[in-house]
Amino acid sequence: MSAPVRIREQPLVLVVEDYQDAREMYAAYLQFSGFDVAEAGNGIEAIEKAIELLPDIVLMDLALPRMDGWEATRRLKNDERTRHIPIVALTGHALAGHAEGARDAGCDAFVTKPCLPDALVAEINRLLDAHRSNAESVKDPARSPRSTKKRS
Amino acid sequence: MPVAPAQGVDSETKLTFVEFLLTSIDVQESARRAVDWLVAHATVTEAAVLVQEGVSNEMLLVAEYGVSSAAIMDFTLNRDDGSHPLIEALHSPIPVFLEGLPSHHRVPLEAKSFHALPLRSDSTEPGHGLLLVSGLGPKLDSETIWLGRTLGKQVSRLLGRQLLAETRFGQERMLLYSIINAVTDPILLTDTEGKLIIANSHAEKLFAAPEEASEGWRRAAALNNMLFSAALSTSAVGMIEMARRELLLVDPLEGSDLLFELLSSRAKDERQGTYVVSILRNVTDLARAKEEIEESYRTLRVAQAEVRDERHRLDLIIDSVADPILVTDQEGDIVLMNTPAERLFNAPRIDDEMALRRVRANGANLTSFVSNVLTRSGEQRYRGEIQLGDPLTGRPLPVEAVAGTILSEQGELMWVVTILHDLTEAIEKARLYEQLKQASVELERKVQEATAELAEQNELLRRQHIALEQASALKSQFLANMSHEFRTPLNAILGYTHMLLNNVTGQVTDPQRKSLSRIDSNARHLLALINDILDITRIEAGRMPLHATTFGLGELFDEVQSELEPIIKRSNLVVTTKVRGAVPSVRSDRQKVKQIVLNLLSNALKFTPAGSVTMTASCDAGARQVAIAVKDTGVGIPEEDQIKVFEDFRQLDSSPARGYGGTGLGLSICRRLAQILGGTIELESTPGRGSTFTLRLPAKARRR
Repeated sequence: MSAPVRIREQPLVLVVEDYQDAREMYAAYLQFSGFDVAEAGNGIEAIEKAIELLPDIVLMDLALPRMDGWEATRRLKNDERTRHIPIVALTGHALAGHAEGARDAGCDAFVTKPCLPDALVAEINRLLDAHRSNAESVKDPARSPRSTKKRS
Repeated sequence: MPVAPAQGVDSETKLTFVEFLLTSIDVQESARRAVDWLVAHATVTEAAVLVQEGVSNEMLLVAEYGVSSAAIMDFTLNRDDGSHPLIEALHSPIPVFLEGLPSHHRVPLEAKSFHALPLRSDSTEPGHGLLLVSGLGPKLDSETIWLGRTLGKQVSRLLGRQLLAETRFGQERMLLYSIINAVTDPILLTDTEGKLIIANSHAEKLFAAPEEASEGWRRAAALNNMLFSAALSTSAVGMIEMARRELLLVDPLEGSDLLFELLSSRAKDERQGTYVVSILRNVTDLARAKEEIEESYRTLRVAQAEVRDERHRLDLIIDSVADPILVTDQEGDIVLMNTPAERLFNAPRIDDEMALRRVRANGANLTSFVSNVLTRSGEQRYRGEIQLGDPLTGRPLPVEAVAGTILSEQGELMWVVTILHDLTEAIEKARLYEQLKQASVELERKVQEATAELAEQNELLRRQHIALEQASALKSQFLANMSHEFRTPLNAILGYTHMLLNNVTGQVTDPQRKSLSRIDSNARHLLALINDILDITRIEAGRMPLHATTFGLGELFDEVQSELEPIIKRSNLVVTTKVRGAVPSVRSDRQKVKQIVLNLLSNALKFTPAGSVTMTASCDAGARQVAIAVKDTGVGIPEEDQIKVFEDFRQLDSSPARGYGGTGLGLSICRRLAQILGGTIELESTPGRGSTFTLRLPAKARRR
């Protein structure tokens, strides 16, 4: 099954963050940096928006109300429709277990807060480039080197 | 006057007789032979020969025939008695025929008439003796006359006065010898010097060794002589008339000791001087017997002494026993008691009424006990308790009495021996033991209480410990949460400041930009502080995760250098990196090693106004340990401060307006990180010349 491909002028980033100031700051900066931005304030909203909008990348804060970022990531990665979307975990908790938890849940990258907007943009661009080249070189994303690496 | 030859007697017989006489030297022997010859050759009935004794004028009867013993009994004849017919005949030149002699003239013959022939060598001298012959009739025959002449010559020849005297002396001497030889005791006659004159045969055995005697015998004899002389001389010196002493000699044949009693006495002779007569009486056996008796006596004495000692010892022993001991007879009367018993059963003073009464009471108690023993004669031992009292103080004295019975050989009860043992002490001990036991129980109870209390406190401590651990974990959790809570707004501050500075919301003016830069730098500092505190909290909570990977130090240096590139550029310092020799790839937590190196390099850049900073990687011989040295030419650290720089919130200039920025937690965190990586950080520094921080790490981190 091939991933549905939406043709957009600008990549769509779904920013999942419960702290409004931060969410809007990242959104403003991402828009400033040339991205389309969708926002979600909790895990459940994030899943709904992801399925509805099928963003190019998800920026996922892990500490969220109603459903935390790990669970939301796990669900998105288990859903046929959203499995292909790269997810960048964003956390202020640097204590042991957070990074592992994020990777186990299926996050593709991990960024620790505070993260300056331009650093975040750089990480998003890096991940999108890698994803794009994978998708183009290998028809079946399940056999991409990234996926292989993840499962090993 | 010529004499006709004897009839019937041939010359041969006469010759034999004359030959005998010539060989004889003994007057008596010659006289006897002559009488024999006469009896054989003439018809004599009686014959006697009288010879003058040596020096005296006594006439002795030396031979006789047919003479009755009564006739010669008490017969004496003196030459001086000139009236005696026989003396007259002695001086007569020829033989005289005597007949009818008056009875007061005693003659040895019983015949009324007889011939007396004087015996001499010739008629000119008086006769030395007379030959009396009867039974021949008035006329002498020629044979008898011949015999008279021949015997006369013989007697004259042999004796004379002198010879006869010597013969007699010799005889006496012989007699004396045989007498003293017959004595079994050794007898010696010596002069006063001890020179031997006469010794009997027993003495000779002791003092004289024959030619053929052995060496031992001779020496024994010599020794005996010496001993004897010595013994004698002491008595001679003392001039004691009769001396008696003991003399130890040697038996020359046996070699054994012989003990003699020496009796020596002086014999004084007017003509010959003084002699010493010594008689030795062998008392060896006597001495031995005496010794044995003495020995027996001594033994007896010793035995007596031993018995006495034994008795004395026994008394001492029973007196030394602290417990009173009493022996009572079958009547119940005390026959023996030791000193401790006396104290109880004898009054100390007669006038002490109380003591007397107590003693009587004690005695009565004992008597009733003993009478119990007597009625139970079947038993060997009897044990009981008696209540006595101290006679002096009246203090009650409970005693344990143990009685044993002593039976005679017939099985009859003789004595009862009673030993009293003071129970006061035992009772006191029992009381004390009881007290001790109670104390012990009390103590045990207290120990148990204390143990329980201790256990309770331990439990409390354990709970407190758990509570503390929980509190510590909560603190760490709190700090972690807090730092998260800090970060969220800080993230927004930094983000918006960043956006403003990047003209996201429109162009900002220069004064606005300056203010925004101040906000930005302060927010970054706050963030650094929060990050450092979080790091320390995590390390101390043991919640700093390690991710070991294998990496090269060269790449790490490049990465660190590029990360600090803007600062390096601003500093105008020469920063070089060296990897010395074949430094292996390191297996450790790359991120943490990088954090340390980054920190060290940024410190070096910060504190070095001019010069250079060099980062060097090296390893030890076995490639077990790698060293990363960051060397600067900066301000340096005085020795007294070199430890302080690793402490929390320390910078050498701790004034608020310090010129170097930073949180002051960097080196403290570096040291903690190095420790959890199994390494160390060392510092060498000279103020004004620079510092070298060296991180040493195991090339292969041990699993934690």
